[in-house]
Amino acid sequence: MQAFTHHRGLVVPLDRANVDTDQIIPKQFLKSIRRTGFGANLFDEWRYIDRGEPGQDPTQRRPNPDFVLNLPRYRGASILLARRNFGCGSSREHAPWAIAEFGLRVIIAPSFADIFYNNCFKNGILPIVLDERVVDGLFEAVAAQPGYELVVDLAEQLVRRPEGEALAFEIDAFRKQCLLNGWDDIGLTLRHAEQIREFEAARLRRFPWLARDLSD
Amino acid sequence: MVVARTLYDKLWDEHVVRVEPDGTTLLYIDRHLVHEVTSPQAFEALRAAGRKPWRASSVVATADHNTPTRGWERGLDGVADPTSRAQIRALDENIRSFGAGAYFPFLDRRQGIVHVVGPEQGATLPGMTLVCGDSHTSTHGALGALAFGIGTSEVEHVLATQTLLARKSKNMLVRIEGALGPGITTKDLALALIGRIGTAGGTGYTIEFGGSTIREASIEARMTLCNMAIEAGARAGLVAVDHKTIEYVRGRPMAPKASDWQLALEHWKSLQSDAEARYDRVIQIDTDSVEPQVSWGTSPEMVAPISGSVPDPQLEPDPVRRQGIERALQYMGLQPRTPIAAIAIDKVFIGSCTNSRIEDLRAAARIVQGRHIAASVKLALVVPGSGLVKAQAQAEGLDRVFVAAGFEWREPGCSMCLGMNEDRLEAGERCASTSNRNFEGRQGPGGRTHLVSPVMAAAAAVAGRFVDVRQLFG
Repeated sequence: MQAFTHHRGLVVPLDRANVDTDQIIPKQFLKSIRRTGFGANLFDEWRYIDRGEPGQDPTQRRPNPDFVLNLPRYRGASILLARRNFGCGSSREHAPWAIAEFGLRVIIAPSFADIFYNNCFKNGILPIVLDERVVDGLFEAVAAQPGYELVVDLAEQLVRRPEGEALAFEIDAFRKQCLLNGWDDIGLTLRHAEQIREFEAARLRRFPWLARDLSD
Repeated sequence: MVVARTLYDKLWDEHVVRVEPDGTTLLYIDRHLVHEVTSPQAFEALRAAGRKPWRASSVVATADHNTPTRGWERGLDGVADPTSRAQIRALDENIRSFGAGAYFPFLDRRQGIVHVVGPEQGATLPGMTLVCGDSHTSTHGALGALAFGIGTSEVEHVLATQTLLARKSKNMLVRIEGALGPGITTKDLALALIGRIGTAGGTGYTIEFGGSTIREASIEARMTLCNMAIEAGARAGLVAVDHKTIEYVRGRPMAPKASDWQLALEHWKSLQSDAEARYDRVIQIDTDSVEPQVSWGTSPEMVAPISGSVPDPQLEPDPVRRQGIERALQYMGLQPRTPIAAIAIDKVFIGSCTNSRIEDLRAAARIVQGRHIAASVKLALVVPGSGLVKAQAQAEGLDRVFVAAGFEWREPGCSMCLGMNEDRLEAGERCASTSNRNFEGRQGPGGRTHLVSPVMAAAAAVAGRFVDVRQLFG
């Protein structure tokens, strides 16, 4: 996984609450058996006027000129500013895959849905929870100042505003270490393989039906 | 002194392999349900890393999201979309090379929606940890299992290590008291709860459903409630094990047998919250106050009783919420203050992991028996949750009731809940749906979804608009 230490980036505001994963990446794109190729279809139904289907040439699509990601002033943005309960709905990891491939590395919101929040960390995306009033303030600042950038420092757990203010955020120590080092979860877990084996053996002895062959 | 624990605490504690200093826990996973949409990248990554599944026998797999609901006589060639076909085929190949405890492929008579198949086969058992790359895995908590949805990286992690890195949630109790009158279902309770606490109200919690209503409710009705826990933001829903749970599991194909069964019963009987257990949040719902519910917007929290109306955004003080209502009404093509009972529908969908079990089909069939769908209804679909549900319904003659009433009787699968196959809404079409999500475009781009119970969907099909199903009980 790509490591995340600090990041400076242009902020794009998505001023809607309860943005769900069906919106982030519509279902017709979930039929791919690959992990890549989703960036062009991020927010497809909002981002384009024509109907999105797998396999289209993105350069032949008709972008919706009013959708915020299509506004020239936000081109190249890498920090998404969002509202409450971002990423609610399905567990599809295609949502963070699409976000990462589009080039977004940080999402700031007052709250996230649990599964989506979790999926972000597996893909080198940092989801940051800030107080709703602070987020309101960021929305105002982004609207008022073209080219508004933030600097995110994961080690220090700070979001630095160009005005000079530094906003602290919380993150689990374990997740932070994994992101800072770009560690692969499975590799980490398999260092405890012996402990898992012992646990499993004891559990299956105690509850033998869990280990029975299901095919009979 | 022994600390009183909730059911969630007990299930969690029993599966802890190790804990990091910050509380991140390696949790042992007993059962892994797999379907075709969220697994191919996980299997591919295993293959690339040269890893094998840790315990392949823990995997139970089926194809459900992409599978068509008609044309099965043509086999895989009947899957019109080549990308859907490729995904179904990829699951076949992955299970063939990596193994599974059981696999119910497309066209198998036991195939169906993974959350219907698991409990039906006894693959879901009390006391288990159960995961699946699907958010509605919360359904299985109705059997006293700790069950939740995971992403594809986690699917890979569970395949490779039989564990999951997880953080413990807080405990919420939703206590529901009172009888469920005719026409009121646990779907209505779920929607009423989400209307009250919001789609993020349960975020960070595991919700245990308790109270007299739950004790009286069937296992299938409990599944509907736990299924919708994720729509309240909670990854997992739970119901304590009782004699109904035991009777439901008894004799299922994968249920423990002989001496295992006795051993299992002893353990399962302990799977309730202690009387003194503490919850971080308690919500009380009295069924007297719950009418049949109909969602009017683009989030499951945007819901009203059948006697109610679409809200007026001007009356909403919170600006984020007001904007949300305005946007939803625009998408849904509804005017503020429209009575719910004045909303006419184009299509009806009875199905999904929320409401496609035999009791759901029986209840809906009772409403449409001797009636016919309204002339204005373009399509009314019944999609059974599994091949076995379908067979049971046909044995009871429910298919004939539906067909006589003008419904189409289809093959099992996820179907129009999310429209990954060809069952979809066209732009602007309005649907009474027994599914779980009314998000923009969920049932098809531009489609307008109203979430309801199976009996309310059946009543809407007959009337061509939403009506209080209680008026149809003679």
